[in-house]
Amino acid sequence: MVNYIIKRIAMAVITIFAVATVTFFVMNLVPGGPFMSEKAVSPQAQAALNEKYGLDKPLSEQYTTYIKDLLHGNLGLSVKQRGRTVNMIIETKFPVSARIGGMAILTAVLIGVPLGSIAAFKRKTAVDNIIIIFSTCGIAVPSFVVCTILMYVLSLKLGLLPTYGLASWKNYIMPVMALAFYPSSYIARLMRSSMLDVMGQDYMRTARAKGLSQIVSIFKHALRNAILPVVTYLGPLLAYTVTGSFIVEKIFTIPGLGTEFIGSITGRDYPLIMGTTVFLASLMVVMNVLVDIAYKLIDPRINLK
Amino acid sequence: MSNNKISLQLNVEDFLPASDAEKERLTVMQRSVGFWKDGVRRLKKNKISMISLVVIILIFFLSFIVPGIYPYSYEHQIRGSENLAPMQYSQTEMNAMETGEHVFPHILGTDNLGRDYAIRVMMGSRVSLMVGLIASGIILFIGSLYGSVAGFFGGWVDMIMMRIVDMIYTVPDILIIILLSVAFDQPLKALSQKAGFQWIQVVGVNLISIFVVFALLYWVGMARIVRSQILILKEQEYVTAARALGASSGHIIKKHLLTNCIGTLIVTTTLQIPSSIFTESFLSFLGLGVAAPMPSLGSLASAALNGLQSYPHRLFAPALAISVIILSFNLLGDGLRDAFDPKLRD
Repeated sequence: MVNYIIKRIAMAVITIFAVATVTFFVMNLVPGGPFMSEKAVSPQAQAALNEKYGLDKPLSEQYTTYIKDLLHGNLGLSVKQRGRTVNMIIETKFPVSARIGGMAILTAVLIGVPLGSIAAFKRKTAVDNIIIIFSTCGIAVPSFVVCTILMYVLSLKLGLLPTYGLASWKNYIMPVMALAFYPSSYIARLMRSSMLDVMGQDYMRTARAKGLSQIVSIFKHALRNAILPVVTYLGPLLAYTVTGSFIVEKIFTIPGLGTEFIGSITGRDYPLIMGTTVFLASLMVVMNVLVDIAYKLIDPRINLK
Repeated sequence: MSNNKISLQLNVEDFLPASDAEKERLTVMQRSVGFWKDGVRRLKKNKISMISLVVIILIFFLSFIVPGIYPYSYEHQIRGSENLAPMQYSQTEMNAMETGEHVFPHILGTDNLGRDYAIRVMMGSRVSLMVGLIASGIILFIGSLYGSVAGFFGGWVDMIMMRIVDMIYTVPDILIIILLSVAFDQPLKALSQKAGFQWIQVVGVNLISIFVVFALLYWVGMARIVRSQILILKEQEYVTAARALGASSGHIIKKHLLTNCIGTLIVTTTLQIPSSIFTESFLSFLGLGVAAPMPSLGSLASAALNGLQSYPHRLFAPALAISVIILSFNLLGDGLRDAFDPKLRD
């Protein structure tokens, strides 16, 4: 177990390093630079700016400097947002995205897992069919459609909720609903099929035969086994969602990390692109390792090698 | 028959040669049911998949054939008929009708530039479908090749190839798409000036970079699925037999392994189509998709967002279209999975 975790962490570090390297060179290979689009900047000023941010040095030198700084946890200075470090930007924007994303995932699990389980227990009944229809439609609707329809109905027609910003708790309702829509449908489907699988297992019959009530056998045996596929799905999903959904943040004008990321790419803010990418990649890799460890805790039969 | 106790009591007639009529009765009349026939038969039984297949055919008809005979074109701006509501006529059109001329109704109204909205939604579906089909084709090709090579050779090759897959999985796709569309902008525009490459202008630089991104990034899911199938299949006896007969690795992969996971390939590709359409609409919504005036369902929805208060139907039409397309492909994919590859049920 310990060996396995060490191996996985070593792998994770290599992956993050590789992603950083690839991003760095792809980003620099693309013609143009951070100061190209600003017409007001004179050539002298541009050269000065390039010098200030170290963009005049050869690429290999820039790369080694960047990696050295990265190892010290220093993500550099934002080129476009003068005077702010990338660390500062991530520190202020990430909590905003993480709060909405976290709430959305929690909502999705709280809706998806029970719905999927109920559908499996009430198999081939009207309840099951209704849940199947809803979850099938749920994974067919893109998030921007959900966002805009929610906005149209709840804000423009009924006037219940504000459309933008994050001033009060009311602002969180629509983004969280929009973000939770797809995952909750997906989790419900996953949960239903894995629950059906588990219910056919011998140990479920044994549990009932030894006198456990239906409820206890479900919570003690079925749920724990059936939730494994959901855990697998949750790892990467969590990493993606807490770092901000571009669409949802754009539509509801939420100042989160997703908006920052898109802005950094279109504005060619090199350090910010690198920072957000490395941050997202690290989160992703960490989540995958955590999922594997969670596997072992949930299902001791799984042999980690 | 005598009751001789030591006789074997055999009937000589039982040992006569069989007549032709008797032989006929013993031949199995039913032809053996092949893989395809069996799958299609099971698919036909599935009502939901048949309905979604009909819906898909209808959508293809609407987006590929109807625009050819439709009286309006997707880029034609009719002056004086801006912002019409569905089934509404502009003043000039009403005047024309009074003189006895036949004016085709704007079923979904017009947009802010006076373009018929129904044809724009149809063209948008066409773009989305094209993206879905082409991208899935690219993914099928690269993913199955990569996955089968990794799975077949195993060991170090597999290890390195799958780590590359993990890495690609981690790179944010938006980053690559935006960077590529910037990188391709100049070279492709220069290329589109040359003879024989004018189509680039029509398709748009962004769309080409989307395809490249699909080719670069999105095959990883397919590669993983194919690999896991190949890992099981390569232990089968017929692979050992083929190898003993001197078949090369390429021949075994092509002839034995990939043909045996054809069910998986069909199902995964069908389910890839809606997810490609999903991605394209998402990118078009962010303004990274097809180039104007070419509409896509995502860009139509994005443009409709500004006038949501006054013209909600402009959002609902493309939103409904995209949801129906994705839903019917998903349902068809599920049906295909049950029919061709029951093992793959999630």
